[in-house]
Amino acid sequence: MNWTRIFDNSLSAAIRPNAIIFAISAIGLNVHFGYTGLLNFGQVGFLAIGGYGAAISVLQWNFPLWLGWLFGLFCAMCWALLLGYPTLRLRADYLAIVTIAAGEIFRLSVMAPSFREVTGGSDGLSGFNNDWRSLNPLPDGEYGIGFLKFSAAETWSILVGWTLVLLSVLLVYLLIRSPWGRVLKAIREDEDAVRALGKNVFAYKMQSLVLGGCLGALAGIYFVTQQASVVPSNYSTAQTFFAYVCLILGGTARIWGPVIGSMIFWAIITFTDNFLRQAIDAGYISGSLLDPNQVGQVRLMLVGLGLILLLVFRPQGILGDRRELMLEAR
Amino acid sequence: MTNKVVALGALLVALVLGAAAAAGAQEPPTTTTTAPGGTTETTLAGQPSPTGESVRGTMFYNDENDEKVLVADVEVRIDDAAGNEIATVTTDEEGVFQVALPGPGSYTATIDPDTLPDGISMRDKDRLTLSFDMSTGQTRNLLYPLQSGEGGGRSSSSFFDRALRLLVEGIRFGLIIAMCAIGLSLIYGTTGLTNFAHGEMVTFGAIVAWVFNVTWHWPFIASAIIAILISIAMGFGLDRFFWRPLRNRGTGLIAMLVIAIGLGLLVRYMFQFQFGGFNEAYRQYTLQKGLKFGPVTIVPRDLIGMGLSILVLVGVATFLQKTRMGKAMRAVADNKDLAESSGIDVDRVIGFVWASGAGLAALGGILQGLSEQVSFQMGFQLLLLMFAGVTLGGLGTAYGALVGSLVVGMAMELSSLWIPTEFKTVVALSILIIVLLVRPQGILGQAERVG
Repeated sequence: MNWTRIFDNSLSAAIRPNAIIFAISAIGLNVHFGYTGLLNFGQVGFLAIGGYGAAISVLQWNFPLWLGWLFGLFCAMCWALLLGYPTLRLRADYLAIVTIAAGEIFRLSVMAPSFREVTGGSDGLSGFNNDWRSLNPLPDGEYGIGFLKFSAAETWSILVGWTLVLLSVLLVYLLIRSPWGRVLKAIREDEDAVRALGKNVFAYKMQSLVLGGCLGALAGIYFVTQQASVVPSNYSTAQTFFAYVCLILGGTARIWGPVIGSMIFWAIITFTDNFLRQAIDAGYISGSLLDPNQVGQVRLMLVGLGLILLLVFRPQGILGDRRELMLEAR
Repeated sequence: MTNKVVALGALLVALVLGAAAAAGAQEPPTTTTTAPGGTTETTLAGQPSPTGESVRGTMFYNDENDEKVLVADVEVRIDDAAGNEIATVTTDEEGVFQVALPGPGSYTATIDPDTLPDGISMRDKDRLTLSFDMSTGQTRNLLYPLQSGEGGGRSSSSFFDRALRLLVEGIRFGLIIAMCAIGLSLIYGTTGLTNFAHGEMVTFGAIVAWVFNVTWHWPFIASAIIAILISIAMGFGLDRFFWRPLRNRGTGLIAMLVIAIGLGLLVRYMFQFQFGGFNEAYRQYTLQKGLKFGPVTIVPRDLIGMGLSILVLVGVATFLQKTRMGKAMRAVADNKDLAESSGIDVDRVIGFVWASGAGLAALGGILQGLSEQVSFQMGFQLLLLMFAGVTLGGLGTAYGALVGSLVVGMAMELSSLWIPTEFKTVVALSILIIVLLVRPQGILGQAERVG
């Protein structure tokens, strides 16, 4: 077994694009779930909307990429308004059911052969990110710190990605510190009390849904841009729950919670993945017990188990504060 | 208390793994079939796989009864980007071909139209040759929808006949959703928990029955009964040793909801781990000759399944209405504290709800597995439809779940009169959203103003 390789991969997974994507979408979920108490189980729908919005506008209408990004965000905003309008006046679980259903509606629709002309069907779309590559100012070669080495394209993706993460964190930090953010937290604690104070709870919840959804879309747009393709099979409902694990692991309602959570999540996932595969290759785990194809399923099982254990034993995660946690309420 | 939680988690895991290990034992992990509207793959962003790249595809068409027919012995040639032939393969009797590719890159797959059976053609002529890109470690599924006849696609039967056929199919499916959803609704009503792991109870029943029937060669009916009994025990145990300790600990509803999601995820992929990612049929009653009633053809298993569903649902309604336990269940759903103070043992009622809900879900799963096929995510695919049915009828009411599920089932099937069948699920989920917009309390629910 090559332990250096395993640790190498695990550490670099903590800063690779996957960690960035889940950090940003978990920051969005943090606005929904951590600060406002909204149960959005369809964050993956926002990722998909953003990604497809950007890709389709670039391919169909020849938008420059930056305009495609803006269009993707705009689509996510409309999506949030559409989902929020019927559900935000109702009990919390209705939003949960509707968002998870809407994510599936979107995924099934873009997969449908009837829309293949526009969405590419189950093959998805590619060829929309030429601007992205030509923007890369880094000359070819290897970049990295210490033993972590990345190609020029990867380094460019990682740099832009972490800039986006930091900007998102800053945005959420400033907003949550503002009077607006205090109203959100108050809604999380006691909606009726806020309403009694004359605040328009519905409008605040809607703003929160739009903000978090746009952050989700930003993650989705970044995802498709750095990956150079958008494929419907990447948007299964399980992805939302990964983001939840990142969020709860790091600490709900904490500014850095989702970022730390996502980095640790991907390091752990990559570690188990690499470890299991190498152990199978080296013969420590017999092939009849665990097939290499089953490693992906082990990872999903771990995510489920992780969610259960976290919520039973440490619902506040790593950074969290138990007092500031709507999980315990009701 | 926490020790108990852990112990029962371990017990549950052991039970599931044990049952599924048997299922996995005789399963060669080679083929996959893709359900027409469903999905088979859960791909993670950039999931690395050292297993090499491969492409597979499924050939099928729908006959005049809308039954899926798999097409064997069709020749497919795979070329790389430079036009060099990689392989020429033919589909097996399940209509599946699979080719391992030398590495990442662009490829094309071309069907030889001469090898298609007579009277069968591509629904979309452009899809004879498909180009696709493979990234490292990717496995790709290509879908080849065929049609009988050269053009037009649909058979010549009249609109009314087709509507009638779809209506019957919709009622069958609606009844199954209803059976699964009643437990979901009652659990919600009595405990407030939106059980996101309910779909896995459906799959559990279907898979346990499959293990008895196919692996251990029991007769199907005996397997089904055993599976339902095991599911009832599992549902009861799940409440007694998992959810009740959590409730007593004072775990919040939202936390329990996320725990249910985690549990669902864990169990679902445990099923896939042992059972594989493909669809399996039961050993018996798979090939049956349809009975004709006017324009409607129905296979006996579906007819009996529908009769059984109606019987069971009427039984559940009578039970809720007439028996002491049934009344207690409704009382707890209505107002838990009041029920408790009037001497009802709430924990016992909730245990009963879990047990019966699991039993109903298992029956629903077995019937669905019988008329379609058993797969590790059949329950999860039903879950969203159950939510649609339950919300449509009114969350927390048993009768509402019944009515709502029937409406969802029929709407899904009838929608294919006007729009392509691939949008069936989309229709059901859209109904869900529209209902919330117009009548959030559902058809039978009581209005409750929030905000």
